[in-house]
Amino acid sequence: MTADGAALPRRSASRQRLGGLGSALGSTAAFVAVVLLLAVAWEAAKWIAGDPWREALGMPINPPHFPPFHIKQFSDLNLPHVWDVVGAFSRPSVRNSPFTLGAVLIDAAVFTGRSAVLGFAVGAVVGLGLAIVFVRSKLLERALVPYVIATQTVPIVALAPMLVLWVGREWTSVVLVSAYLTFFPVTIAGIRGLSSPDPRSLELMRSYAASDWSVLWKVRFPAALPYLFTAFKISATASVVGAIVGEEPTGIRGGLGRAILQFNTQYSSGPEKLWAVVMVSAALGIVFFVIVRLTEMVVLRNRTLPTDL
Amino acid sequence: MSGETSTALQAIDLAIAPGEFVSLIGPSGCGKSTLLRIIGDLTAPSVGNVTVNGKPARQARRDRDYGMVFQAPVLFDWRTIEQNVQLPLEIIGVGRGERQRRATEMLALVELSDFAGHHPWQLSGGMQQRAAIARALAFEPTLLLMDEPFGALDEMTRERMNDELLRIWERTGTTIVFVTHSIPEAVFLSSRIVVMSPRPGRITDLVEVDLRRPRTDATRESERYFELITQVREALRAPERRSVLR
Repeated sequence: MTADGAALPRRSASRQRLGGLGSALGSTAAFVAVVLLLAVAWEAAKWIAGDPWREALGMPINPPHFPPFHIKQFSDLNLPHVWDVVGAFSRPSVRNSPFTLGAVLIDAAVFTGRSAVLGFAVGAVVGLGLAIVFVRSKLLERALVPYVIATQTVPIVALAPMLVLWVGREWTSVVLVSAYLTFFPVTIAGIRGLSSPDPRSLELMRSYAASDWSVLWKVRFPAALPYLFTAFKISATASVVGAIVGEEPTGIRGGLGRAILQFNTQYSSGPEKLWAVVMVSAALGIVFFVIVRLTEMVVLRNRTLPTDL
Repeated sequence: MSGETSTALQAIDLAIAPGEFVSLIGPSGCGKSTLLRIIGDLTAPSVGNVTVNGKPARQARRDRDYGMVFQAPVLFDWRTIEQNVQLPLEIIGVGRGERQRRATEMLALVELSDFAGHHPWQLSGGMQQRAAIARALAFEPTLLLMDEPFGALDEMTRERMNDELLRIWERTGTTIVFVTHSIPEAVFLSSRIVVMSPRPGRITDLVEVDLRRPRTDATRESERYFELITQVREALRAPERRSVLR
């Protein structure tokens, strides 16, 4: 073997991966620390400027603590105590219900999650398909991209009821609304990514007399993957939002959208329940994001591009 | 190949025999890369025609008669070295077992067998370029077009790559058309050197290189080698001198 230059030892690639695992644990620890800090700040704000504290964590405070200031936003109605919100998960979801709020919300999250996954899949396929068409035909791109952009600038809360009127009051509408919010980032990133290969690699393919399909599948698509995953991360959370927003006009029961509506109307009798739903919705979005991120780490494991967020 | 006129190239009339190693040399703007691309049907001449293996250039490209190596290796990051070498074979439609066999053979030829499973970014520039050469030869073309393939490498690596290329050329018997900026490289490698000059791009001289083969470091120290380098250098300067004298 001629020694015209060293190659990086193979070990360095796997060391990078282990380092990635360590930094993932570090990120989780940092995340937990921030959540705890937020909880502390939350209660500190209420201690200083909230409603009188007569009990905490189920134990009475004698004599009650009267905060020196009063800011309406920190009252028990607007900002329930952290332990009340956490406690709400183990209490019945509604009076006389055999199910705890926690169980109900997990079911709702799964219900909504199913629609979101489908919406994500449909949106990703449509988005990628549009990107392929636009890269193939500059003419179509120039003609249609403004309309594609327009679809996103129309507020979804206005469009969702219209979609429901066209399609019907069932889960297909929910999936459509979710897909609607999902496809756009994929299209934009797809156009960028599919156009990203070095022109010389396209010349190389020409020198092989490769078909357009070969070029798409062997060069453009693999080159587009890093860009697509960035879009998928945005779409992951957008699909959850879309599913939740889509559930409202369809009146579908059993999902997070319905729960939000219900606990919104019942807010004054149980503010902590709405906060609980908010937390569960956020958690659902985070789960989707993490799944996409993990998939990306596997699919793009042999590339040189840095993968952070 | 016969005459072709454009601002880039003018009145090119050149014939290359099978198995020859021909270099195109000249300053920037003389059209040597353009000429190479015309041979490879990556650019069309505005006037004139190119015949490769008795066919028009376009047909030769469609029949995959030639392989191409650029100055940058242009390997795909997401494929291993071995998969990169197999790329043209996949496009042609060669079966998996045969692809594997040929890729292994080519990697052995360029002495990269140990790195078949590596990815391009794990290899040095010289090694990547060797992989690009293995890829260009994978489907055993009769003609190899090389556009300053060693231009981005340092001098020592370049000399070593020149030795390698000659070794490969002697093994495969491929016709090679080689574009370069480097006079010593052109003299060391070629059987014939085509000297070009710009404004307009044209051939100004043809230099036969009668150095004996196989060529080694001893060749690089021979008198004849230096004489030929001088001859080429003067041929490159001649058009300037002519215009200065006018």
